Amino acid sequence: MKFTSVFDIIGPVMIGPSSSHTAGAARIGRVARDLFGRQPKWAKIHLYGSFAETYKGHGTDVALIGGLLNYDTFDERIKTAFADAEKAGLDYEFIPETANMEHPNTARLVIGDDEGEMSVVGISIGGGKIEVSEVNGFKLRLTGGMPAILVVHDDRAGCIANVANCLAMHAVNIGHMEVSRIERGLTALMVIEIDQNIEDKVLQQISLIPHISKVSKINN
Amino acid sequence: MDVLFHNVRELVERAEQEEKLISEIMIEQEMLITGRTREEIIQQMDNNLTVMEEAVERGLKGVKSVTGLTGGDAVLLQNYIAQGNSLSGDLLLDAVSKAVATNEVNAAMGTICATPTAGSAGVVPGTLFAVKNKLNPTREQMIRYLFTSGAFGFVVANNASISGAAGGCQAEVGSAAGMAAAAIVEMAGGTPQQCSEAFAITLKNMLGLVCDPVAGLVEVPCVKRNAMGAANSLVAADMALAGVTSRIPCDEVIGAMYRIGQSMSPNLKETARGGLAATPTGKAISKAIFDNGNLESIKSLQK
Repeated sequence: MKFTSVFDIIGPVMIGPSSSHTAGAARIGRVARDLFGRQPKWAKIHLYGSFAETYKGHGTDVALIGGLLNYDTFDERIKTAFADAEKAGLDYEFIPETANMEHPNTARLVIGDDEGEMSVVGISIGGGKIEVSEVNGFKLRLTGGMPAILVVHDDRAGCIANVANCLAMHAVNIGHMEVSRIERGLTALMVIEIDQNIEDKVLQQISLIPHISKVSKINN
Repeated sequence: MDVLFHNVRELVERAEQEEKLISEIMIEQEMLITGRTREEIIQQMDNNLTVMEEAVERGLKGVKSVTGLTGGDAVLLQNYIAQGNSLSGDLLLDAVSKAVATNEVNAAMGTICATPTAGSAGVVPGTLFAVKNKLNPTREQMIRYLFTSGAFGFVVANNASISGAAGGCQAEVGSAAGMAAAAIVEMAGGTPQQCSEAFAITLKNMLGLVCDPVAGLVEVPCVKRNAMGAANSLVAADMALAGVTSRIPCDEVIGAMYRIGQSMSPNLKETARGGLAATPTGKAISKAIFDNGNLESIKSLQK
């Protein structure tokens, strides 16, 4: 089931005018920021389908930037996100695309700073609800409705068990888990949805496990 | 973890068997799925209700969107009601006015609560605050109104769609109107089955409604679609309370809505390429906004 809570239907509380194009867009920006782990210095935002056609009228653009600045759906500052981004040193560019995506409301955010960059594909599925369908080329399905951790690692035996053990030691229960890789033996990604927000020290410990290259989290 | 209901039939059966309100089943499911307490869940819905109240109040004072395309109609309607000559009835027009008020605030980038979406956020609160004057509900009953709406919206969202981009306006204002109709019936003392009939009757009459926003803005025709969604839901609720039933079961109406949405041209699903958006005036408004960035020229178009 894509929608699990009554507050997916009666909610979110948000700045208008569109739950999918404004609130959903803010959430996509915010999840991308969470995954990146800090505020990016630049963002190239590719818009597809209905997002590409109507983003100006719906405030999709200010909402995405607001999300990258860590604003929630009801944050009045969404309206001034462009000016705020300039002050915060965030350069941005919007690129409307003509390609057809699986879902009509899709955005690909390529964000980065001097230390690195990341690509996140988010879709807005209605009523402000979103899913992340791709991170750095890895296909996945992440709703952002639950806390989650993403672990980039070498595709080696034992990696998944080591991460699961580490979570078990901290009594963190795994609600849902997906693994994917681009090519056998190279880089792989674990997406782990968990029942509670996780402390940074747990992430720190996971990052010390051999063959783990990057750990990021989404709190809820 | 499995949910308590996957469709309207299961929802109604459970409510009847356990002799509970539909709102109660929704609250119980929320507790089951999220592990949160009843108090926490009720409190969050109470907060959403407050946001809705504030949006209606703000809209009734009169707002204008950035483009100036929408705003002020809620005030016109309230002034008209006050003259005492309304033909369709004060309660119905009050609901229409309050639905419009909410969507005018939304178009002005004000704070609203999506029900189920922002573009369709007027129908549920608009009808609630109008019916309130007749039925004098407690605060708890007003909160229940939102849970009943949510229960039906939950089924639609999971079995069809509540996104205009995926299913057209029928998925947004159509769903919202059905949700409101079901909630009105429960508040008025109708049975769970009557809630289901009201939902079905409402959605049947909004099937095929396309999403064709002028310039891609949630203004024209969205605000007036919320007005008619509210009117539709009140009439359907009265029909269900009178004992009228839908020959096509509620879940099958929802299924039909989904398939209609799938076969709808992308031009008519929130791309602003078809329908009213593609009329000469619709295109002229869009050009005035985006090519010229000139709001004055929109105002001259409206004269």
